[in-house]
Amino acid sequence: MAITLSDDHAIPSPPLAPRLTTAQVWGIVLIAPYLLVFLAFVVYPVCYGLWLARAPSNYVALYNDPIFARAAVNTLIFLVIGINIKMLIALFLSGFFAQQRTWIRWLSVIFILPWAVPSIPTILSVRFMLNPEWGMVNHLIFNLTGDDGPNWLNDPTVALTMAIGVHIWKSLPFWTLILMTGRLAIAQDLFEAAEVDGASWWQKFRYITWPSLQTLYITCSLLSMIWTLGDFNSVYLLTGGGPADLTHVLSTLGIRYLRLDQLSLAMASIVCAIPFVLPLMYFMMKRLSR
Amino acid sequence: MKIPTLREVATETRLLLIGIPVFLWTMIPIYHMFLFAISPKEDAFSGKLWPDHPTLHNFEIVFKQQHYFLRDFYVQFWNSLVIAAAVGVLTLFIATAAAFSISRLRVPGGRIVMNLALFTYFIPAAFLAVPMYRTMGNYGLLNNHWALILAMVTIASPYAIWVLKQASDKLPVELDEAAVMDGATTLQIFRLVYLPLMMPSLVAIGTYAVLLAWNEYLYAFLLLSNDREITLPVALGNFLAADDSPWELLMTTGFIYALPPAAIYYAFRRYMVGGLTAGAVKS
Repeated sequence: MAITLSDDHAIPSPPLAPRLTTAQVWGIVLIAPYLLVFLAFVVYPVCYGLWLARAPSNYVALYNDPIFARAAVNTLIFLVIGINIKMLIALFLSGFFAQQRTWIRWLSVIFILPWAVPSIPTILSVRFMLNPEWGMVNHLIFNLTGDDGPNWLNDPTVALTMAIGVHIWKSLPFWTLILMTGRLAIAQDLFEAAEVDGASWWQKFRYITWPSLQTLYITCSLLSMIWTLGDFNSVYLLTGGGPADLTHVLSTLGIRYLRLDQLSLAMASIVCAIPFVLPLMYFMMKRLSR
Repeated sequence: MKIPTLREVATETRLLLIGIPVFLWTMIPIYHMFLFAISPKEDAFSGKLWPDHPTLHNFEIVFKQQHYFLRDFYVQFWNSLVIAAAVGVLTLFIATAAAFSISRLRVPGGRIVMNLALFTYFIPAAFLAVPMYRTMGNYGLLNNHWALILAMVTIASPYAIWVLKQASDKLPVELDEAAVMDGATTLQIFRLVYLPLMMPSLVAIGTYAVLLAWNEYLYAFLLLSNDREITLPVALGNFLAADDSPWELLMTTGFIYALPPAAIYYAFRRYMVGGLTAGAVKS
């Protein structure tokens, strides 16, 4: 707040009247709506939530809850394996979609569909495909081999893998698009020069594409980590956390506690993730606020 | 016509070997949804790749609300529509005002506000949902559309402000100075100079906020529960409550629900790709 002292220090009567220009007054008026939203729906909930999670007994309860440990491990698997696979595929496909072909341009229009449509109907569609009795996948397996297919979502490892698959299906187009934008920004004459020098496909990638794409790739991976931590739909809509609460991740676990009316436990489980999320958030903020 | 060389054929084959799996991977869940929408129940549950008797009967049931799960279909569709529109309008208003204030008027403390907004953008949505639920309860807004609208505005506006600020930083300062010389007030600059120049970004951000709200499931299902207050995605989730869910109707409703965002996305694709992805990750 720019509070300017009045020029006349000798006369004390008008006490430090803040003198703002009209533009500054408008500035404050126009930024006020966002500040109100921020205070009412970010600051208050976050502080209130942290206050709810203050009792150490919550953390003891979490520590003793095997579902929490399982969810933490699942989250880690989801992040480390899921995101790396997704970003590698996105990196690969961004090269594919950067090819100048009419049919590839058409394919890229279709390819964006998973990202453009809401997740609930498509994830539920996958869920039914994996139904052991009536799903299309097991019907196909039966028709091809004559054997019954596996009970996909009833095995925690397979179910979690499928949830990661659904997550990749949904968000792969977005990251491919971003990395493709990055690729198209690389000067083409570099590739032409490399071509003249007889560089192989791998050498072009290693010495031209990767150095220019590296920063973008790492930023994307970190941002994707943050968003994946908040991905509730992929797990909840596909497995519902089951079988036997073995496929929960932190985001679905928090909501599970909430639905069981254990709000402080829900908050505590989120607080446990803060030490991991905060550095990521800080790093991303630094990157974007330049 | 030029006869392709062996090398060209080999490249094309390799590209097709990538393209075909990509096409199948993308389309199978969507095709499966469509397949259910045009199948009678027996066909849907028999795992066929194309129904013996394709029909539009499911759509008829949905549009005539002829099933227990669908009795409030139109109300729920309307709820989704109103909430998405309200989130779009409110986000645009709040974010444009804030971006103008930070970028053009250089309000004191603007940089801090920008950083706080960015910080909010990076809070995982499902984590904020837990305290948000309780907060809305404290405000007495649970089961009220405003709860979802305000929550979605909270989630949409940080990114909106950031993108709009980036865009308005690119407008030359001389424009404002010239307008001031001509005796324009701040509001006139905002209305007559700023808004018209920002139109492409505003379209992108409006679309972003509307799609975010229309597609939202988690917040909608936490904050709204009354059958006549919920949005379509929550109603879709409620189908699963029954043991013998009518999946063909669920998929039909889901298909109808997925059409508007897909249409909006393709209609505004030019704006979305230009305005959003450029801003999404600045390397």
